Amino acid sequence: MISIKEYIAPKSIEEAYNLLVSNKGCTLIGGGAFLRMGAKSISLAIDLSKAGLSYVEEKEETFEIGAMTTFGDIERHKGLNKVFNNLLARSVGDIVGVQLRNLVTVGGTVYSRYGFSDPITALLVLETDVKLYKQGIIPLRDFLIKGSKERDILEAIIIKKTGRIASFQSMRNSKGDYAILNLALSMKDGSYSIAVGARPNRGILATKTMDFLKGKELSKEVLTEATDIIAEEIIFGSNTRGSEAYRRQICKVLLKRALEEVKGYDNKSED
Amino acid sequence: MTIKVKINGVTKSFEIQPDDFLIDVLRSNGYLAVKQGCDTGTCGVCTIHLDGKAVLSCVVLAAKADGCEITTIEGVQSEAERIGNYLISEGVDQCGYCSSGTIMSILYLERCIKEPTDEEILHYLNGNLCRCTGYSGQLRAIKRYMEAKKNERG
Repeated sequence: MISIKEYIAPKSIEEAYNLLVSNKGCTLIGGGAFLRMGAKSISLAIDLSKAGLSYVEEKEETFEIGAMTTFGDIERHKGLNKVFNNLLARSVGDIVGVQLRNLVTVGGTVYSRYGFSDPITALLVLETDVKLYKQGIIPLRDFLIKGSKERDILEAIIIKKTGRIASFQSMRNSKGDYAILNLALSMKDGSYSIAVGARPNRGILATKTMDFLKGKELSKEVLTEATDIIAEEIIFGSNTRGSEAYRRQICKVLLKRALEEVKGYDNKSED
Repeated sequence: MTIKVKINGVTKSFEIQPDDFLIDVLRSNGYLAVKQGCDTGTCGVCTIHLDGKAVLSCVVLAAKADGCEITTIEGVQSEAERIGNYLISEGVDQCGYCSSGTIMSILYLERCIKEPTDEEILHYLNGNLCRCTGYSGQLRAIKRYMEAKKNERG
């Protein structure tokens, strides 16, 4: 059971940041959907929901998604749905139900670097940066490894419009359950980006598999070899959802499905 | 602390604690058709609309609702009764405990998609668990309701 002594909903990110750095024991609240299941004692809760961080801005070369944008907003955004074969909507669409997706925020999942996150895996295969209020813009790939150097607030994520074709795959015990394993893949001009998440640790890139696939025709033999390489290079773990050995086998299947899907799109574009 | 909300069209103020959840505030203030189920953001029986979006009131901090518009099933009685009748006609009204949350999700689906496919209906209803009727009858009822609404629009 959680307890909160004091609650403030600042009207701007500047106000939120000043509160954050001047109150040692405070906690930032994003969507707050997982608070109920926690047992935290919070002296000061700083709720970002009124700080103007809920937006999706389509610019000429990027999409900027405010940290308080919910998965539901992402799922229904017409501009985002038109790019990367609807990758982002696909990555959030099986998370519990629409009511929870209307609460859970992209900033909450990215800043917390959740291992079970589906959208982090999808964002990893795009050219994604995170915009921190104090530290500025840094690549998502670096942020996921190092985290934030100091107390900071995630303001937005920025995705470059690269024209990559993409696929998102996951394995779940039932629709709406957390993923046992997820995999995202994007491709442009024969260059692949592949990420695996819910291992159960957080998403990482499959760099050896990406190097192997570069420039190759996706023959049956290449697909088989790629699935062997990814199963070898990714470190999996065990938890109540699945064993390390099970995840290793599932990863092969997810990669094969993603490659076949992307190959299908690629053939269509050539036609 | 005090929050001010517009609930079912009426502006109200509630005295709350910073760690109160919205479902508890609603139920303790008489909105008892908002049902309490899993209390972990999973089952969907506590679904309400917050600023027009379907959300799970069991995981929303009441403080977050300050300044927002809330619709509970008490605020959409005639629409709820109509959908309820479609559920009854398909025999999916057994214990009825999940119905208020399910109906709030159906109304949200209708707001988002006027002519949903079967796949879209199931996608929007995936967050509402029902343990005693099964989902095929619900799907039939929703399709019949949506068809009737489509015919009314002409």
